[in-house]
Amino acid sequence: MQLDRVRRGDLVKITAIADARLKEQALRMGIEEGAVFSCVEAIPAGPVVLGKHRQEVAVGRDLARRVIVELLTRAGVAQPVPAALESEVC
Amino acid sequence: MNWQEKLAPGQKKIVLVGNPNVGKSVYFHRLTGHYVDVSNFPGTTMEFYCGKWRNDFLVDTPGVYSLSSFTPEEALVRDAVLTADLVINVVDAVHLSRDLFLTCQLADTGVPMVVALNMTDELLARGLEVDAEELERRLGVPVVPTAAVTGFGVEKLKERLAEARSGRCDPPVENLLRACPGLPRGEALLVLEGDPQVAARRGLEPGREKERIYAARRRRVNELVDAVLREQGRDESFATRLGRWLIRPLTGIPALALTLWLVYELVGVFFAQVVVEFTEGVVMTQYYEPLVRSLLSRIIDLQSSVGIILAGQFGLLTMAVTYLLGLLFPLVGGFYLVLSLLEDSGYLPRIAILMDRAMGYLGLNGQAVIPLVLGFGCVTMAAITTRILATDRERRIAIFLLALSVPCSAQMAFVTAILGTLGSGFMFLYAFLIFSVMVGVGTAAGRFLPGYTLPLLMDLPSMRLPRPGNVLLKTWVRTCGFIKEAIPIFLGGALLLGLLRVTGLMERIERLMEPLLAGWLFLPGETANAFLMGFIRRDFGTAGIMEMNLEPLQKFVALVTLTLFVPCIASTLVIIKERGWREGAAMWLLIFALAFLTGGLVAHLVYFIRAVNPAMTLPLTALAAAGALAAVVLLTRRQRERG
Repeated sequence: MQLDRVRRGDLVKITAIADARLKEQALRMGIEEGAVFSCVEAIPAGPVVLGKHRQEVAVGRDLARRVIVELLTRAGVAQPVPAALESEVC
Repeated sequence: MNWQEKLAPGQKKIVLVGNPNVGKSVYFHRLTGHYVDVSNFPGTTMEFYCGKWRNDFLVDTPGVYSLSSFTPEEALVRDAVLTADLVINVVDAVHLSRDLFLTCQLADTGVPMVVALNMTDELLARGLEVDAEELERRLGVPVVPTAAVTGFGVEKLKERLAEARSGRCDPPVENLLRACPGLPRGEALLVLEGDPQVAARRGLEPGREKERIYAARRRRVNELVDAVLREQGRDESFATRLGRWLIRPLTGIPALALTLWLVYELVGVFFAQVVVEFTEGVVMTQYYEPLVRSLLSRIIDLQSSVGIILAGQFGLLTMAVTYLLGLLFPLVGGFYLVLSLLEDSGYLPRIAILMDRAMGYLGLNGQAVIPLVLGFGCVTMAAITTRILATDRERRIAIFLLALSVPCSAQMAFVTAILGTLGSGFMFLYAFLIFSVMVGVGTAAGRFLPGYTLPLLMDLPSMRLPRPGNVLLKTWVRTCGFIKEAIPIFLGGALLLGLLRVTGLMERIERLMEPLLAGWLFLPGETANAFLMGFIRRDFGTAGIMEMNLEPLQKFVALVTLTLFVPCIASTLVIIKERGWREGAAMWLLIFALAFLTGGLVAHLVYFIRAVNPAMTLPLTALAAAGALAAVVLLTRRQRERG
């Protein structure tokens, strides 16, 4: 899905950035393919603010439309968490 | 660059390098005692500052995210690093995952370096902990925790400068570097990363490894951050919560409105009216100018050509000095005070976020809202604020909209007075017409001007309480700097006007304008005087209309035309200073044409409607303006979709 459709509190993983002009600049700010961010704010019809390690980056809506993300967790939706360790059969 | 020539033998060149807004300039100040602009806003240092420190030479550079030829600033910093003997890399401890990217690149270049882990005082409140020793072990260079604003750790950093050494290179990058022997490591790295300028200097083809190197570097940074940064619970600091409230529309828009009102009261009312009334109206016009004239009259005849040029209406010693010291100095000072407060608090980038969408319609991004609002105080100083915009195209659009459609506080005072006598219908129509022109022209400019407006991509600084000392010092330094730059421009402008008056060209211009006024705007010939005054200051012109005996529709047409009319001399000179002679002149002529075009169309429209149905004059004019605006917006949108 596109980054402009995330909601506040979502956790997303970036899969592609389709804007050559800003790709390099985005990379410098840590926005790159594979990076995981939480959505700090999604201003209605405005920029999306991404957060990671207390650092916040505002992404204009025009750019957000061209950033493809994978939704890891939806805000407010309980998700089953896989157990960290599987019990071994003795 | 001149600072390279100043380097004495045996003197080391130490370069401060870091991301924007991490405290490089505070370090520069701490080490050399020289003041450099410091604020909580990315990109304050646009130029290089140099100072002597002990026996060495210290260079402060603009903040960059990496070294390359991506922007002119980055290229300059890159060259400073390549020729440096030692680099102090200032890193914001709260923003490690962003800042370490540059640190790792510096380590790859092999330049001897130390890392100043700055802003450690904010870590606790943000619920973070950074393991500086682990970072030092992994980077292979000294890492010193500091808080430059309070001075914590600065002494320790000075001591450890002696231990500066090349950082540990990223193994994949090291492998690639083996492939190009014979070059210094730093230059080899940049050639590999495809920097065309460095490659051309060595007569080489730029390499194609940029994506691979950058991706590997990013992975290294992520590993470093995972290893040294620990998040302790949640970020509960008030600053963080305030920052969020300010960008949420529900709380952010009222906060913005309140801020804008306070700014208007401080700059538009207090500085532009109360202070200027005293400095210009009392000190300069009542004491300074009479004194100059009486002194001059003992030496030369004031009515002679030289006398008029020196002390006449546009005198070099009278008008130019009055504008510089009586008008510009307090206005620019007031503006810089507000801007310093906004910058240091970290609020500016948040306003940009909130307004991004609305400004997008005008071919601008969110940041342009600041100059446009300040324009209602004084267009002259607002034109200077367009410097905060990212691209040349955005600065161009913002300055043009300011000069054309934003009336300054002085003019607004006269406009409100006249419209008050005409009635609220005229007041509404006036506001609506000016707004329509602004949106219409902005939309068209956004569509047709070459270049592009970059979508917003901005990292947000933390909200901080501004330090009064820094705010006042910055205001003072910037204001003095601005006035120094403005002096020659103002003297030159005054000389030109004086010459026009002395040679009689000015009267000729006045006569030339008469047919335009009578035939196109349906205004009596005597209004030419008001318009000519409008060339000097729009509020003088507007005041001239107030005294004339005109019918309401004539007054209305004159007001609309004078509002859109060419900016005052002070603004024009600042626009020329910001945009250059050619573009400044082009804008001035275009504004002149647009003002008369709009004024004439309004005049023809209102008289036509009145002839058909006098009662419906105002509503139908408003409707026609709304229709024209809708047509312009729709047409440009359709064009955009096609293009």
